[in-house]
Amino acid sequence: MLKIRNLHAKIDDKEILRGINLDIKPGEVHAIMGPNGSGKSTLSAVLAGNEAFEVTEGEVTFNGKNLLDMAPEDRSREGLFLSFQYPVEIPGVSMVNFMRTALNEHRKYRGEAPMSASDFLKLMRDKKNLVEIDSNLTNRAVNEGFSGGEKKKNEIFQMAMLQPKLAILDETDSGLDIDALRIVANGVTKLKSPENATIVITHYQRLLDYIVPDHVHVLYKGRIVKSAGKELALELEEKGYDWIKKEFED
Amino acid sequence: MATDQNTILDEVTGGEYKYGFVTDIETEYIPKGLNEDVVRLISQKKGEPDFMLEFRLEAFRHWQTLTLPEWAHLNIPNIDLQEIIFYAAPRTKPKYNSIDEVDPELIDTFNKLGIPLNEQLALAGVAVDAVMDSVSVKTTFKETLADKGIIFCSISEAIREYPDLIKKYLGSVVPYQDNYYAALNSAVFSDGSFVYIPKGVRCPLELSTYFRINASNTGQFERTLIVADDDSYVSYLEGCTAPMRDENQLHAAVVEIMVMERAEVKYSTVQNWYPGDKDGKGGIFNFVTKRAICKGDYAKVSWTQVETGSAITWKYPSCVLMGNHSVGEFYSVAVTNNHQQADTGSKMIHLGKNTRSLIVSKGVSAGKSNNSYRGLVKVSKKADNARNFSQCDSLLLGNQCGAHTFPYLEINNSSAKVEHEATTSKIGEDQIFYCNQRGLSTEDAVALIVNGYVKEVINQLPMEFAVEAQKLLQISLEGSVG
Ligand SMILES: Nc1ncnc2c1ncn2[C@@H]1O[C@H](COP(=O)(O)OP(=O)(O)OP(=O)(O)O)[C@@H](O)[C@H]1O
Ligand SMILES: [Mg+2]
Repeated sequence: MLKIRNLHAKIDDKEILRGINLDIKPGEVHAIMGPNGSGKSTLSAVLAGNEAFEVTEGEVTFNGKNLLDMAPEDRSREGLFLSFQYPVEIPGVSMVNFMRTALNEHRKYRGEAPMSASDFLKLMRDKKNLVEIDSNLTNRAVNEGFSGGEKKKNEIFQMAMLQPKLAILDETDSGLDIDALRIVANGVTKLKSPENATIVITHYQRLLDYIVPDHVHVLYKGRIVKSAGKELALELEEKGYDWIKKEFED
Repeated sequence: MATDQNTILDEVTGGEYKYGFVTDIETEYIPKGLNEDVVRLISQKKGEPDFMLEFRLEAFRHWQTLTLPEWAHLNIPNIDLQEIIFYAAPRTKPKYNSIDEVDPELIDTFNKLGIPLNEQLALAGVAVDAVMDSVSVKTTFKETLADKGIIFCSISEAIREYPDLIKKYLGSVVPYQDNYYAALNSAVFSDGSFVYIPKGVRCPLELSTYFRINASNTGQFERTLIVADDDSYVSYLEGCTAPMRDENQLHAAVVEIMVMERAEVKYSTVQNWYPGDKDGKGGIFNFVTKRAICKGDYAKVSWTQVETGSAITWKYPSCVLMGNHSVGEFYSVAVTNNHQQADTGSKMIHLGKNTRSLIVSKGVSAGKSNNSYRGLVKVSKKADNARNFSQCDSLLLGNQCGAHTFPYLEINNSSAKVEHEATTSKIGEDQIFYCNQRGLSTEDAVALIVNGYVKEVINQLPMEFAVEAQKLLQISLEGSVG
């Protein structure tokens, strides 16, 4: 589904991704861990098409298409979803209006007619229940004045609405209280299917207790320096990153 | 990153004016330039009574003593009035009984503007007094209105048919001594609309006029007069678009509104004149004097305007709150793009007791444009318990544009309560990317954010107009993405 080959990216002449390789198949869950500033969010931003970063080398194919050639909105419409580490506030634009526009753009891209208002509202209700998001939040402007945890829940709600093929969850667990973590993680699990895949970026094992990864990767200084099964996350939790850093420097 | 954002915004906001075309209806001119003979000729061509000629001449003589005002935040090229043609009328003066008789070219023009006259009449229930160039071509729904004693006609017709009302009210809200352009307008105004709502009558229709500058090189001097007698109500809509042109065109309209006891007038404008091309060439100069007097107690007036056009806009719809408990409101969206300059705002003059005013101004600036809000709140000595609230917001797209806010206060009564809030925000690259990531194009993202931002004002417009205004905002900010 997603093939990353030797991906390099920079910002202001500072190289941040320095040769990433990664293969993700339908149905898989990949966890990406790594110390602060190692390039995890940068990788998700580059995959989502943030033009602030310049790709200097490498290839990415998504369902057989050249991802790097696509406009960010087309990547979304092709089924790539990013749950932002820091969701953005858009004052004055209601969640309902925002989601309806987004959903209809996706439908248009697939050659489908816009969804009727009543079908849309029903869909919203169903998905709100799934992530147990407060009804008031969807009546407000996009993320405006939302608490940190509410913003994260709102990301998962949007993911549920758009039903992506590949979801990248960038530290979706940070800022969530214990109950919210369980709700959000269960929501993500419910959305899983053999056809779609998930990249979970996190610092903690607790999220991976709910969303069990098939593969765990460690990103360090812009490269994936270690990949293994779910036991790697437990090992990292126990030992930290020093041993990997050391292994890498050697 | 900053440059990236500018490229994105440039693409989105670099749209060209979409309503550029010239209609081919034969036009009759009088020689260009301005002198007393021209004033006499205009009056004569329009078959006006003597009192009107006197009115014009007085205004003209006063105007001759004035010099062009200097503008604070506008950069205005010299306008050579002697190069302007002050009167243009369709050569064949038409008077139609049904729409079938109207020149198909005119119908076509309305269609291009997205205002199918037929449809409007049938569906929206809007009476249209279509002013093309200077002479009213078509007035509709007159009979329905006449049943209620409502007068809605061209000002020329009113001058001939209702001289007493004209004598009483013309110039009573905006006297010719008011300012340079008001004097000029009073001397040479070509046509416009007249509305009279009798005592106790609620006008059942939205009264609407579509203005359109059409003849090349013709200064436009529209004159509108609305009188709402005691306990009456009317909602009046004014909208316009102009054909693309290379030469600057001057427009100096005057709108006067007189509101009597417990009457209410809503005046809505969607203004979309040719703003000039992307390099700032051409475009309409729009210097308008709009004022309402709430003469009676409990009178209410509200101005709602959506301004997207003109190269230069200078416009401060004002409310003079004379009656006790009278209310003035001003809702405005002003969009500037490319090289446009806008200096708009409102004046609220509190004279009566317990008067209230509200100002909601939303500026949107893109490209290299400049957008200024200039507002005056004046509370006179006798105006006990006056209240004003002003909210002035600016939204910037990119960092080559400017937004300025100039609130002026003159408070002469200590019981006054005046509040002013101002915000400036920017559409951030991160907001656009967030929208992109959810599947919205940059163009749609900007439209969504701008529409959200101006919602409070757009909601004041009558339904049909709100839709049109929204389309217009999108058009004036959209460009060639992709
Ligand atoms: N816009 C930017 N301008 C300059 N440097 C940036 C920018 N964005 C990211 N960086 C730098 O790139 C590096 C990687 O940042 P990134 O946000 O990808 O790290 P991360 O792995 O997600 O970290 P964390 O675990 O703290 O979220 C950091 O050194 C960061 O300072
Ligand atoms: Mg990060």
